[in-house]
Amino acid sequence: MSPNAIFINSFVLLCLIASFLKDKRKTRNAIKVAFKSLLKMLPVVLIIILLIGLLLGLASPETISKFIGEQSGWGGFLLIAILGAAAHIPSLMAFPIAASLIDSGAAITSVTVFITTLTMIGIVTLPLEIQLMGKKFAILRNGLSFIIAILIALIMGVIW
Amino acid sequence: MKNTIKAGQTKEGRKTLIGLGFITFLFLIVIKVSPEKSPAIIDVSLSYFKEMIIIFPAIVLLMGLFMVWISKDIVLKYMGAASGLKGIIISIILGALPTGPLYAAFPLALAMKNKGASITNIVVFLSAWACIKIPQELVEFQFLGLKFMLLRLTLTTIFVIIMGMVIEKLTKVIE
Repeated sequence: MSPNAIFINSFVLLCLIASFLKDKRKTRNAIKVAFKSLLKMLPVVLIIILLIGLLLGLASPETISKFIGEQSGWGGFLLIAILGAAAHIPSLMAFPIAASLIDSGAAITSVTVFITTLTMIGIVTLPLEIQLMGKKFAILRNGLSFIIAILIALIMGVIW
Repeated sequence: MKNTIKAGQTKEGRKTLIGLGFITFLFLIVIKVSPEKSPAIIDVSLSYFKEMIIIFPAIVLLMGLFMVWISKDIVLKYMGAASGLKGIIISIILGALPTGPLYAAFPLALAMKNKGASITNIVVFLSAWACIKIPQELVEFQFLGLKFMLLRLTLTTIFVIIMGMVIEKLTKVIE
C-alpha cells in the first residue's frame, strides 16, 4: 500500500472512530449509506478501469502526447476541455482518468483543464440548472467555469 | 423536484449498466483480436483497479459520515445572507462538506437565492460543491500526489471566488 493510501485509510478510520464515540446509531447509518453507494459506484469504477486499460494498452504514449501532450498546442487542449464539459462522469472518477492520461504522456495543462471542466460544468444537467437558477445564471456559470478552467490549467502548467 | 432527481438516478443506473456491458464486450473483443497487446491492457486495468480498491471503501465511508453528520437542514440553516469574506468562507464550507453530484446542489442553491444570498456566494457554493470536496481531494491525493492536489485546490479556490464576483457584476449589467 502506498503512503498516500495508508494516510487516507488512517484518516478515515480516525473519523469513523470519532463518529462512533459520538453517536453509534448515526455511525451505523453512515456505514449503511457507504455500503450502498459503494455498490452503486462499482459499475462506474469497472467501466473506467476497462476504459483506462484499453486507452493505455492500445494508444501508444506517442499518439496520446501528440493530441494532448506538451507539444500538441491549443487544438488538443480545447478538445479535452470540451470533452470534460460534455462528459457526465462522477467527479471522483476524474482523478484516476487524469492519472492514466499523465501516465500516457498528456500534459499537466490538459489534465488540469479536464478535471476542472468535468467537475464544474454539466452540459447534461444544464436544463435542470436553467430551470432552477434561470437561464442567465446557468449560462454565465457554465461559460465562465470553462474560461477559469483554462486559466487554472495554464497557470498549473507554468508553475509545474 | 425530488422525484425528478430520483427518476433520473434510476434511469442513469440503467444507462451505466448498459455502458458496462458494452465496454466489457469491447474489452473482450480487443483482447481476443490482438493477443499481443492483451497482457499490457490487462496489466494496466488491474493496476488501476488495485489503486482504486485500496481507497474507495474509505472514501465512500467518509462520504457516508458526511452525509449523516451534515444534513441538508444544517446547510440550509447556515447558508444565507452573510456577505463579504465571511459569506464566501461559509459558502465554501457549506459546499465542500455535503456529498452528492452537482445537480443535487441546484435545489440548495435555489433555496440560498430565495433566502437572499448574493450571486457571489451562490456561485462559490456551487463551485465548492463541484470541486472542493474532501473525499474528492483524497482521491486526487492518491492518484496525482500532494503537490498537484494542493496547487490545483489553491488556484481553483482563488478563481472560483473571482468568478463569483464577475458573475454578480455581469448579472447586474445585463439587467
